[in-house]
Amino acid sequence: MEPPVILGIESSCDDTAAAVVAGGALRSNVVASQRVHAGFGGVVPELASRAHQRLIVPVVEEALAEAGCTRADLTAVAVTYGPGLAGSLLVGLSFAKAFAFGLGRPLIGVNHLEGHLYSVFIEGPRPPRPYLCLVVSGGHTQLMLVEDGLRHTLLGKTRDDAAGEAFDKVAKLLGLGYPGGPVIDRLAQTGDPAFRAFPRTRLDGYDFSFSGLKTSVLYYLNRFDEAGRAALLERHRADIAAAFQQAVVDVLVEAVRRAVADTGVRHVAITGGVSANSGLRAAAEAAAAQDGFTLYVPPLAYCMDNAAMIAVAGHIKWEAGRTSPLTLTAEPALALS
Amino acid sequence: MTLQREEDAARDRTSAVFSRPRETASEAETQAVGAELAPRLSPGDVVALYGDLGAGKTQLVKGICAALGVDPTLVSSPTFTIVQEYTGRTGPLYHIDAYRIADPAEFFELGYEEYFYGEGLCFVEWPERVEALLPPHTLRLRLTHAGGDRRRIEPMAPPR
Repeated sequence: MEPPVILGIESSCDDTAAAVVAGGALRSNVVASQRVHAGFGGVVPELASRAHQRLIVPVVEEALAEAGCTRADLTAVAVTYGPGLAGSLLVGLSFAKAFAFGLGRPLIGVNHLEGHLYSVFIEGPRPPRPYLCLVVSGGHTQLMLVEDGLRHTLLGKTRDDAAGEAFDKVAKLLGLGYPGGPVIDRLAQTGDPAFRAFPRTRLDGYDFSFSGLKTSVLYYLNRFDEAGRAALLERHRADIAAAFQQAVVDVLVEAVRRAVADTGVRHVAITGGVSANSGLRAAAEAAAAQDGFTLYVPPLAYCMDNAAMIAVAGHIKWEAGRTSPLTLTAEPALALS
Repeated sequence: MTLQREEDAARDRTSAVFSRPRETASEAETQAVGAELAPRLSPGDVVALYGDLGAGKTQLVKGICAALGVDPTLVSSPTFTIVQEYTGRTGPLYHIDAYRIADPAEFFELGYEEYFYGEGLCFVEWPERVEALLPPHTLRLRLTHAGGDRRRIEPMAPPR
């Protein structure tokens, strides 16, 4: 049998993306980012579903061209159907349904979080199942157990802010630019993580909370008047960044180590945009060496929102015979189970 | 109803929903204030929550949603996702965060009327970013840091 050629489409938030995976190997990966980084401490997303509408056809055409294939070569069309913004999801999903129907090929609905879980299968060493997956990004902070047969168990998730969001908001408090993750990471490398002990919130089970940490940075800065704060930041901005980052990293890595000990699973993937954080990587590698588990971190391009992970998840679902009816609807609040 | 009348009505509704300022000293207490507000809100209401980083906006929404039958662990900050939808006893609940929205036009493009003029109950964090799009019947609450771990929650008049 010919190896399956899967087109993946992703439009759950800011980016319109398409990718082609043939026989499980990535052939193309196109992302049209609608983001414009501005100097006011946040993304300026042209969040319009109208922008997705404008971009979806050229992005898919480019993904097919780069992969060196035509529509007729496609085995199935995989698409994100949730969670995300209703209007944005609908553009990708409606396009995928029409495209699959027109070609007479099956549709495969993919949960955006499934994409993050399987992003570790795009390139490089792939973990055997079962494995633990920590998904850390601007929108998500979840620890999952991934087993054979597309079985996913949620072990814990954030009860308030996502880890990436905490980075962005603390970067803003420190007068740093956007996005906050890379800026704090860079600064933290020259700072002293022991400068100040910000609180590590440890909850029952594997749940996370980063809201209290963000607030404690704010309260710490608020102890000073305007001039005092400016002087403090001038002298200790890197130290505060390092202390904050250390608190986030400690909380994440502690949960992973506990999950490894509790489940006996020796393979751990860290995915999502925050997995690029050098402090997190170093701490996770140290924990892996000490506790004897194997760590998998995909290249950054597959950690940001992308369609390669949707196509790969689609490939895995296709092999398991999990196609979706054309009546599939967008589910903005879709959970992963 | 004229715009002026609608705004007056919104002010009266705000007083009915939230007549006196509250002070809270923990996340749990902020959530308890939310639980107290919940039965006074109806589908179609838009609740705008003004307040700085860490002022307790998400915790207040968590308290309201939990009292309306939503699993509180599902309620988290929608900063990145912009809109999170939950299903409560009274119908859909839209938890909106305009922090990342630079221009109200972006929220317009997002199909804001589906949320603000729909069947659901809306909560809006960072509403100042979409002020021009908030409907006249918007209920406004302000959350402020009140020293130490304390936060103050009070009704607020529409900005002029």
